[in-house]
This record gives sequence, C-alpha cells and structure tokens, in this order.
Amino acid sequence: MTWTDILLTSLKVGAMVGLITVVVLLLTYLERKILGRIQMRMGPMRTGFHGVLQPIADALKLVLKEDVLPSVKDRAVFWIAPLVVFVPALILWVTIPFTEDLVVRNLEFGILYIVAVSVFSIVGIIMASWGSNNKYALLGGARAVAQLISYELPVILVILAVVMVSETLDMRLIVEAQSSYPFIYVQPLGFLIFLIAGLAELGRTPFDIPTAESEIVGGPFVEYSGMHWSMFFLAEYANTFAIGALTTVLFLGGWSGPLLPGLLWFSIKTLSVIFFIFWLRATLPRFRIDQLMTFCWKFLIPISFLNILVTGFYLFYGWPSWSMFLLSMAMIFGGYTTIRITQKRRAASIAETLRLRRERIAA
Amino acid sequence: MTTVLVFFFILGGMALLGSVGTVASRNVVHAALSLVLALLAVAGLFILLLAEFLAIVQVLIYGGAITIILLFALMLTRTREGPVRLDNAQRRFALIGAGAAFAVLTVVIMVSDWPAPIDNPVRPGFSRISEVLFQQWAIPFEAASLVLLVALIGAIVISRPEKGERD
Amino acid sequence: MPEQYSLEYTAVLIITIAGIGMVLAAFFASMILAPRSKSEAKQIPYECGIPPTGQFWAQLHLRYYIFAILFLIFDIEAIFLFPWAIIFRSSGAVIFYEMVLFIAILFFGLVYSWKKGALRWR
Repeated sequence: MTWTDILLTSLKVGAMVGLITVVVLLLTYLERKILGRIQMRMGPMRTGFHGVLQPIADALKLVLKEDVLPSVKDRAVFWIAPLVVFVPALILWVTIPFTEDLVVRNLEFGILYIVAVSVFSIVGIIMASWGSNNKYALLGGARAVAQLISYELPVILVILAVVMVSETLDMRLIVEAQSSYPFIYVQPLGFLIFLIAGLAELGRTPFDIPTAESEIVGGPFVEYSGMHWSMFFLAEYANTFAIGALTTVLFLGGWSGPLLPGLLWFSIKTLSVIFFIFWLRATLPRFRIDQLMTFCWKFLIPISFLNILVTGFYLFYGWPSWSMFLLSMAMIFGGYTTIRITQKRRAASIAETLRLRRERIAA
Repeated sequence: MTTVLVFFFILGGMALLGSVGTVASRNVVHAALSLVLALLAVAGLFILLLAEFLAIVQVLIYGGAITIILLFALMLTRTREGPVRLDNAQRRFALIGAGAAFAVLTVVIMVSDWPAPIDNPVRPGFSRISEVLFQQWAIPFEAASLVLLVALIGAIVISRPEKGERD
Repeated sequence: MPEQYSLEYTAVLIITIAGIGMVLAAFFASMILAPRSKSEAKQIPYECGIPPTGQFWAQLHLRYYIFAILFLIFDIEAIFLFPWAIIFRSSGAVIFYEMVLFIAILFFGLVYSWKKGALRWR
C-alpha cells in the first residue's frame, strides 16, 4: 500500500460522497414531485424549470436556519447524535457496487459489513432521544429502536438466504452469481420480505410510527432544528437510496442486463424500487405500533426462518430452480391466506363483543 | 510495520479511554456511551489483526445489540433525573478483583501458544473459519444454541407478570 | 506496511473521516451563516406550545427490554448462520443437519416466547 493508493482511494471516496449528496438532493425533489402528482398537485414549480432548483433552495435554507440547542444538561450527547446517525448511512456506501468497476472498495465481507454498520446508527437515535430532554423524544426514540431492531432480523435472515444461494458475502460476486437469472426468481418471498422490512428500517410510511407527527410530534428529532436536523434528513434519504441499491444488487441482478450499459441498468432498477417506496407513502396509512410488532415477530420472522430452511433443502439436494420458485410462491400464498384468516377471525370476535355489549345495554 | 503500530496505539488509546470513561463517568448515559467507544476501538484492533469477521461481529453484536440492551436497561431502571451516586463501599474489592483478572489474563496471554504471531498476522479466509467452526467445534456450537435458548427462556420467565399483577 | 494489509479497511477509514468532516463542516457553516438569538422560551422542551409538565424521564415499559433481548439472541444466531451459508453445499450432510438442528432449537425458542405471550405488544 502506497501513498498513491491512499490518494486514489481518497479521490474515489470524494467522488462517492459527492454522488450520494447529488442523489439525495435529487430524491427529495423527486419525492415531492411524485407525491404531488399522485395527489393531483404540481409539486414544486417556482424555483427554476418545474422547480428543479428546489433542492438547492432547500439546502441553502437549512444552512441559514437557526440551530436551536435546547437547554440540556447533556449538550454533548445532543450535539453528536446526528453525527452517529449520518456517518453509518454514508460509510456503508464503500462497498455497494454501481457497476463492476464503479465501487470504492470491494470488501470480502461486504454484505455483513453493511448490516453491521447500519445497526450502529440505532445507537445514534437513542442518543438523540436522550439528549433532547423531552419526553416525546424519549417515547419516540424507544419506539423507533424497538421497530428498528425488530425489522433488522427479517432483513438479516433474508440476506442470509441470498448468501446461501450465491455462496459469497462479496457484493460484486453476489451480482456475478446472478448472471443466469436474478435472485428474485428463486427468492420471490425473500424479495418481498426485504422490501417490507427495508421500508420499516427506513421508518417511512406506513412504518413511520417513531416520527409520527400527529402523535408524538416528530419523535426523537423533535428538539432538532437547522443543520442538526438536516443531518437526520439527509441520512434518511441516503438510506432510502441504499435500500433501493441493495434490493437491486441482492435480488434484481445489479448492473447486469441486455443492451444498455451497466450503470444505466443499475440506475433504472434502483430508481424503480425508490419510486415504489415513494408511491407507498402516498397510498398507505400508518400502522399502529402493536400491529407493527406483531406483524414482524409473528409473521415475518417465522416465515423468514421457513424460507431459510426451504432454501437450504433446495440447494443441498440440488432441486431445479423452478421448484424453488414454486415453493416460494406457495409460501407467499400460504402467508397471505394466514393473514386473511387471522384478520377475519379477529373481525368476527370484535363483532361478537360489540353484539354482546349491545344486548347487555338493551337488557 | 510502523503505520500498523501507530494505528494500534490510537485504537488502544481509544479503548482505554472508553473503558476508563465507563467506570469513572458520573453520568450513566456517558458511561454507557464510553463503553460503545471502547467496543468500537476493539473492533478496530481486530481489523489490525486481519480478523475482519470478528471485527464485524464485534460491531454488530456488541456495538449494536448489546449496547441497545444496556441503554434500554438503563431506561428501565432509572426513574429520577440527575447524577446518581454510583459508587459504594465495594469499590476497593472491585479494584482488587479487576486487578486480579487483569493479572491472570496477562499471564494467560503471555504463556499461550498462539497459532499465528501477532506481528505477522495471517488472513484465515472465511471458508476456513466456517470449516473449523462446523467440523472441529461442532458440539460447542450446538451447545451455544442451547445456551441462547436458555437465555431466552430466562428472560421471558423473569419478565412475566406475577400472579395477581396486571399487565 | 506488510503485504497482507490491503486497502480494504483503509477505504472505510477514509470515508469515515470524510463523513465526520462533512458533518462538522456543515455544522460550522451553519454556525457562521445562521442567525442566532437566544431566548429562554426557545430552549424549553417542545410540548405543543404549553409549558412542559412533570419530569422528562419516563420509565420505559418492560416490553421494550424483552424485544431487545429477543433481538440479541436471534442476531447472534443469524451471525452463526453466515459462515455456514457459504460452505454447506459442498461439505456433506452432517454440517447441513447440524445447522437444521441449530435453527430448530432456536425456532423452538421463538414458539415458546409466542406461547408465553412475550411476543404480544401489551
């Protein structure tokens, strides 16, 4: 390792950081435009052609806003919490490959590294909620952490299934293992679980319980303003981009695709996933926290375990790949039916209780 | 080699600083966060030894999960604000205990026959780790699953509401 | 520096420094550019406009702790599964069923906590 190498890596890191910043700004604009269109509005229109300069105006505004530090005894914890949330969101990009060569550094333990780093940002959220000296922040922080750790498990278990199929942790080799077919073909259930749990990891609608504006006024971030708040904001969009990119790499075959260049394929796939995430925000209402936790622990985690076992038997005994596809579909169908039956039973029991109460009142 | 040594001293210093902060800090929150610093520095030391898998496990399990449990436990017990007096009369015994543990560990580290020298570490490769874990250490590995199961049952039994107590 | 130290984690170190530097630079920029006017009312914890009541420190419900412990246990299990995932196809039935047993034992743990009502969000 020489100084030239270090310089080269630093340049790559700089390019990557710049790219992430640009994409994040673009995503904030896209989200507002897409949401606006879905709600039959125009979205931002005033700054530049169809509002394309809006993100820049927003960034300038955020820099120029007053950064209010509440009167906290623990100002240090309050002050560095955004750092602890933002830095993991940035450094996991070291090993996400855009194309075969377009990656800062390919790590042998790539996917595990990403998981480990992203778990660490949870500590930052606890710090934010603790430093704020505010009971809503404390409540929101505890909820956020409960949600994030619960949904981390299905994510890890699904990644495990992908690793079983590809036999490597190296992100680049995972993509290369999908040369004949993308893993969504043998892991459709894994793909669905990853999308749902990834959405919950982002804390976006319908999983935005920790920051629920109308219930706990922004959760752990309620006391933050100005630049400190923007760091949480940037981290959220960087993570949205990361979930899109990870879905692409793990399930959709990364940069591979016919005719078009690799980078374009990667962008198309990633943006489609991100579009889907934005679209859900416009469509779905918020879950309640007990529904959220029940769904994770009583449905997603057991079915992820089942997925691992089935994948294990499929690989170990070398069954044909279409059998895995059919088995996954059967599991998806079975899971869906289970949810429907549980819902119906629950609705029936609620109706029964109400009927009994009415009769008692009448009598 | 010198660069490695520089990093070793930086990371070792961070680990020491974090550990001292953990026991010396008056504020429980600061103590817990100092512990996180120490754990992360140890992860860095693992990387210097080319034990990358261990480093990642260190960040994931200790930096993430254990830390969260610790912070939740603090939030569970502490009901009043302000610095609480954390020391008591057992302080001296704790010092003796910690000193003894340190001495024993130092001796063990010195006399042990390590498979690879520290000044020239080798990268084992992930599949080699797997083979050793599942062939040579298969029974301890299965025992680990039982230990985890016992931990889980214990946690549930302790947390169950007692008779007559409402949730 | 010896050969076996590749650039891998140097890149991680560099991007960590870059990230910290970026955040600090942003804080510094806003410190210079943003207006500041201290007032006591601004520093009161926000509770929808009314003066805060009671203590800020609310004791956490036990259920959060239970889920944290469950998370730790299944997290460790998942980490154990990763070394297995990359070799099980090429290394015989013993290792495969070893892990099936491992998963079964911990799955029993999940079923147990379900039956005991620990997975219910009360």
